[in-house]
Amino acid sequence: MSRPLEGVLVLEFCQFLAGPSAGLKLADFGARVIKIERPKGGDACRQLSIKNLFVEDDSLLFHTINRNKESYAADLKNPEDLEKLKKLISKADIMTHNFRPGVMEKIGLDYVNVQQLNDKIIYGMVTGYGTEGPWKNKPGQDLLVQSVSGLTYLSGSDIDGPVPFGLSVSDIMCGNHLAQGLMAGLIKRAKTNKSVLVEVSLLESILDVQFEVITTYLNDGGKLPERSSAKGSAHAYLSAPYGMYETNNGYLAMAMGNLENICALINCDITDLYLHPNAAFENRDQLILRLAETFKKQDTQRWLNILETNGIWCAEVLDYQKATALNAYKNLDIEQYLDLGDGKNIKTTVSPIRLDGLKLKSAVAAPKLGINNREINQEFKIT
Amino acid sequence: MRPLEDYLVIDFSQFLSGPSASLRLADMGARVIKIERLGVGDICRTLYTSNLIMNGESSVFHAINRNKESFEVDLKKEEDCEMVRELLKKADVMIHNFRPGVMDRLGFDYESVSALNPTIIYGEISGFGNEGEWKNKPGQDLLLQSVTGLTSLTGNADNGPIAMGLSIVDMLAGAHLAQGLLACLYRKVIKNEGGLVQVSMMESAYDFQFETITTFMNDGGALPQRSLKNNANAYLGAPYGIYQTENGYIALAMGSIPMLGKLLICEDLLIYIDIKEAFDKRDEIKAILANHLLSATTEKWLSLLEPADIWCADVLNWKELMEHDGFKVLNMIQEVEMLDGYKYETTRCPIRIDGELLTSSKGSPKLGQDNQNIIKEFITLNAVTNV
Repeated sequence: MSRPLEGVLVLEFCQFLAGPSAGLKLADFGARVIKIERPKGGDACRQLSIKNLFVEDDSLLFHTINRNKESYAADLKNPEDLEKLKKLISKADIMTHNFRPGVMEKIGLDYVNVQQLNDKIIYGMVTGYGTEGPWKNKPGQDLLVQSVSGLTYLSGSDIDGPVPFGLSVSDIMCGNHLAQGLMAGLIKRAKTNKSVLVEVSLLESILDVQFEVITTYLNDGGKLPERSSAKGSAHAYLSAPYGMYETNNGYLAMAMGNLENICALINCDITDLYLHPNAAFENRDQLILRLAETFKKQDTQRWLNILETNGIWCAEVLDYQKATALNAYKNLDIEQYLDLGDGKNIKTTVSPIRLDGLKLKSAVAAPKLGINNREINQEFKIT
Repeated sequence: MRPLEDYLVIDFSQFLSGPSASLRLADMGARVIKIERLGVGDICRTLYTSNLIMNGESSVFHAINRNKESFEVDLKKEEDCEMVRELLKKADVMIHNFRPGVMDRLGFDYESVSALNPTIIYGEISGFGNEGEWKNKPGQDLLLQSVTGLTSLTGNADNGPIAMGLSIVDMLAGAHLAQGLLACLYRKVIKNEGGLVQVSMMESAYDFQFETITTFMNDGGALPQRSLKNNANAYLGAPYGIYQTENGYIALAMGSIPMLGKLLICEDLLIYIDIKEAFDKRDEIKAILANHLLSATTEKWLSLLEPADIWCADVLNWKELMEHDGFKVLNMIQEVEMLDGYKYETTRCPIRIDGELLTSSKGSPKLGQDNQNIIKEFITLNAVTNV
């Protein structure tokens, strides 16, 4: 298989998660991605660890996000280094950055100036909140973006107050959007032979994630979402039984389904609560509590046997240990090893996209800071 | 010009995952024709959320399917299949999210379609892949969240599993499919090759968790532990979380604990000098913070923290957000109009290209509204004798 972005050269000035996760997607599609990093310390993510996990000098987190890339150390404030970078930019197909508005203008690597160096560049920019308005200089940090976007009123139950998603969802979706925009830019350039500017922001991306429910809100007379007060409810806009239920040995997830059917199967009397079909929404809190009483009485497997054989949409709720032991997990070939040299390796995930029937695997580990300077200088005749 | 101008996308998919990918392609300039079942259409048309019906169909359908056309067919009838084959001969992209085997039975599997059109890019989304004992399990978002460990990350330690309150896995799978299709469209421009793009919701759910699952894989299989209260990320220390104040809430991202103690005038925090304590003692630190932050308003705390460059924010609902100039300046809302004149507001594509907002005023299609035009434009009479 020929990877679709073979021959595409990407310069990644981005740090942390949003921009670099887009670079990773392009790398797995076959592009050559060179991280441009500060000589002192490099991408700040190198030192940002979770659970203090490091692989040699760099955090495991950095390794996860930056595998399959090269590293070129250069100081944007040093005129000599800047000249070198300009040579590289003149050869690149794509460059990305996530500096705050104004920074690249000062350095002279903003879109207008870069077009002078390379009139066919695809220039990708990630910001927190766009380049205009009162929030433009606010820190583009995931939890803060979630907090101002209304997202925190969609999970958990209404007595919990705001509940953020427990992952950097704005960063990750923004990275996905950036990757889409950059590839659309490549397609556009192939037809026009001209440079393309692609802009995304964390806030616009997290609003896009909410596009269904925001559309409902906009056309529903401004009625804000109301989460159920019942523990385990899983969607502000969906009726019972949608949610998670405790059993006598774990938890069971119930998707949408016909309440009367389900209650007949599990032997749960809801006749006083379910008087008409709309009651599944109107009496949602009480219905969820009533179902919870029944589900508590038996083990998860027994409920699954009863419900699944009758075509009811449900599943056991699993933690990482049980989830990664599933045959379905193994069949999908989700893991790969990165080669650290000297017989050492680390395990991580593979790109989620299959092309022409094959997974987009790559064993190339994340680069050490500046490890590729010499060969890149040679290759691009940079002195 | 938009990047995907002159591209034709034939979309058999329903619900959210596949249609969210074709919406993205539509906003990038492609012409998207939904292939919908006679008399019923995309099941999402009748999938009501909060009982909100707009112009006879669910609000969700309108959000996902604007900027598309609808071609209503009966795939059990040979002449209708022949018309769809005529369309596929001219298409650049085809998308479906049927369960494994359905397209083989209908004769629209990759092999058959690429025989009709060797440079087509064929995209499919499944729940759990096309093989194995779970291949026929429903690819429903909450179930995917539940079996991939995702529900152990949100909420507090004593909450039990908490789902993310949106169809996040559907949207990720759609985003990944769009990426694969775009990558192959680029290859097509350069090399004139077709391609097959396959995404499963399960793989997309793990890609979303790539940081945490990689940590799990390399940490001796230790499970994520959410903090007791104010959790926002199982793997991060205090103060990371949302806290109640006298009149609302405040979000605090990273920051040194003694520094916060100084700025917030909270003496009890000054003793946590060792950086490791921010994680190891996060429950006790968060409890102190939570108690202290109740004593004044969100505005007061922001006024102490923001000038010191501490990463913090107010917590807004949609109403408050949409009244804010920081939101208004984005022009995120657009009005679209259906063929019958019905208008509604929705969000626009989140990507800007060459400074242009990728808006489109075209609303969602009524079932089969474009049949006549599509037949006239694409289907030659000798190809379909019975029309």
